Amino acid sequence: MNSIDQTTEEILKLAADHFKVSREQLSPGDDFFKKLGINSLQALDLLTRLEQHFRIELPDYELQGVTDFRTLAERIQSRL
Amino acid sequence: MLDLRHYNCLGEALRAAIDRWPNEICLIEADRDRENARLTYRQFKQAALPFARALQNAGFNRDSRAAIIMTNQSKWLISAYAIFYAGGVLVPLDYKLSAAEQLQLLAHSKAEVLIVEYHLWRAITQGETFSSLGTRLVLVTEAPAGASLAGAKRWENFHDSRLPIFVPRKRSDPACIVYSSGTGGRPKGCVLTHDNYLEQCRALTALFPFSPGTRYLSILPTNHAIDFMVGFIGPFTCGATVVHLRTLRPEYIREAFTRYKITYMTVVPMLLKTLERGLRQRFAELPGGRRRALRALIGINRAFTRRRPRLKLSRRLLGQVHKGFGGELRALFVGGAFTEPSTLQFFYDLGVPVGNGYGCTEAGTVITLNDFDPFRADTVGKPLPGIEVDILDPDEEGVGEVAVRGKTVMSHYLDDPEMTSETIVDGWLHTGDLGRVDKHGHVQLLGRKKNMIVTEEGKNVYPEDIEAAFEGLAVKEFCVFAANYLWPERTMVGEQLILVVHPEAKPQIEPATTPIPVQTEVAASESGEAASELSPSGSPDANPAPQSEQFTAQPDARHLLAPEMAAEIDARNRRLLNYKRVAGYLVWDSDFPRTASLKIKRIDLAQEIRTSRGRHHVVYL
Repeated sequence: MNSIDQTTEEILKLAADHFKVSREQLSPGDDFFKKLGINSLQALDLLTRLEQHFRIELPDYELQGVTDFRTLAERIQSRL
Repeated sequence: MLDLRHYNCLGEALRAAIDRWPNEICLIEADRDRENARLTYRQFKQAALPFARALQNAGFNRDSRAAIIMTNQSKWLISAYAIFYAGGVLVPLDYKLSAAEQLQLLAHSKAEVLIVEYHLWRAITQGETFSSLGTRLVLVTEAPAGASLAGAKRWENFHDSRLPIFVPRKRSDPACIVYSSGTGGRPKGCVLTHDNYLEQCRALTALFPFSPGTRYLSILPTNHAIDFMVGFIGPFTCGATVVHLRTLRPEYIREAFTRYKITYMTVVPMLLKTLERGLRQRFAELPGGRRRALRALIGINRAFTRRRPRLKLSRRLLGQVHKGFGGELRALFVGGAFTEPSTLQFFYDLGVPVGNGYGCTEAGTVITLNDFDPFRADTVGKPLPGIEVDILDPDEEGVGEVAVRGKTVMSHYLDDPEMTSETIVDGWLHTGDLGRVDKHGHVQLLGRKKNMIVTEEGKNVYPEDIEAAFEGLAVKEFCVFAANYLWPERTMVGEQLILVVHPEAKPQIEPATTPIPVQTEVAASESGEAASELSPSGSPDANPAPQSEQFTAQPDARHLLAPEMAAEIDARNRRLLNYKRVAGYLVWDSDFPRTASLKIKRIDLAQEIRTSRGRHHVVYL
């Protein structure tokens, strides 16, 4: 199983690819709404991408109250 | 549809509908490509009545309050009907609020019963005040097998097959307590009566009739007044079908249109924009010839629908587009926040009319709605039948505060006679929105008079509620304002919150009346790093500074906080839900005006700020 650091790294790569920014611009502690300039629907879109990648089902509520990549990684890690 | 004039309460009207259309599908609950539930009105009744009986066994009765915190799903509506059947008062709470906020509203509402989804319940139980709640019965839905519920009960096991007793209510009795916002010191619990709902429903379904076979896609939260009305009470009292989605991702919403042949849906502006962007992108990717043909067809459709929508014609002209919407969509509705006219026109030209509306919880939901007679993209439509709109103290252009009177206006704010009397004056609800009524009776909104903002998602945010996040900040005092309240703007977009900070000590850097010394410039550049990085060329609120200022594009050093303080504000800001965050801070160097009991005189402070500071003094985070 992935470590939390690996999961975080994979999320950062996927987010960078999905929102067409370079991976280097993103850090685990970043507020993704602010950094990527996205709204909650665009964030939900990313969740679908993550589901496909990690082959898990992520209910929308897993994103509730989450604004940074690291916390998102923790939520995903607990479902792996 | 039922003739709602003959019913006195929601329980009675819903009961009549259930008995009238027993074999029609009332509810579908979908999750991705699965269907969790598909219920006829008879099956809905069979699920709700044993639940109502179990509630009554537990002492739930006339005027008992039950709160629901759930995402849109079948158990929401089943529970709500059971509550009304038993004569209770429903408290729908926003599932998107933080657990601490939910706990605060639960305490304020004095709900005896709480019905909550498992994952939300887990979050709530971790709150400090959970153990002191007066709630005596907690029902948890979808708890995993083997989960320990610590005194709460499983919703799925809470039933009694004996018939419950129907408890009738009067029209003037409270039906719901809906929090329009205000999770800070002063929750705004709108007490809405059965009369409010029945009259609102009558007015809406007169304009846009539902009937058996009509399918409504419910994606706005059911706790929100709009969805509660058009995604529950409206369709149910007409024998129509409500489709719930457990996920709100745009791709599943698109799929639901075609899978369930949706007739109507209500959205917030943000989702409408997302749909528009997706369609524009698809159009742009078409090969040149097809793109030109599509443009021509859109032009023809526009010409033929100028006076009124012609659905059959539009579906024939623009078949592929309509197929994408399932082929049976009659209209979308949008509300909750400002929608750009260009977006409304885009959909109308495709033959998908979007009914732009305006309302607030205090007015029972909808105040005005576009009736497409003819379509207008520049207004929020005309007042619903039975609702009067007046413009208070209009200026020379006819612009003033929008006031509303009618049977849908709430009874009062729960336990707050003072705020009620400030808001409802001589029977007129003062909305705090600025607008005018044109010669055709259409209402145009032009800005806000009150200190609040509305996000693109339709969330009302009251600045006072945000202040708790900054409690204990090492400053002398602080206060949050809506930028457009401080510096009035004739706009409904780009609204932002500003934190006004009065630092503890005098700023180290003295106000410069002479050229600013080198030392100050260094301090400014260091402490202003975050500000200069993000300071918002793109911010709609960033007005250029007057030419006489030393630094024209950015606030100068005397308006900056020490870097550690700015970092602390930024850190606390990030703990807030993203739509509640302040956009920036404003340094204020004199004492806030206060009342004898030391409350901040917000109106006076705003006036002082307005006269001596501008938007260019705001340091953006």
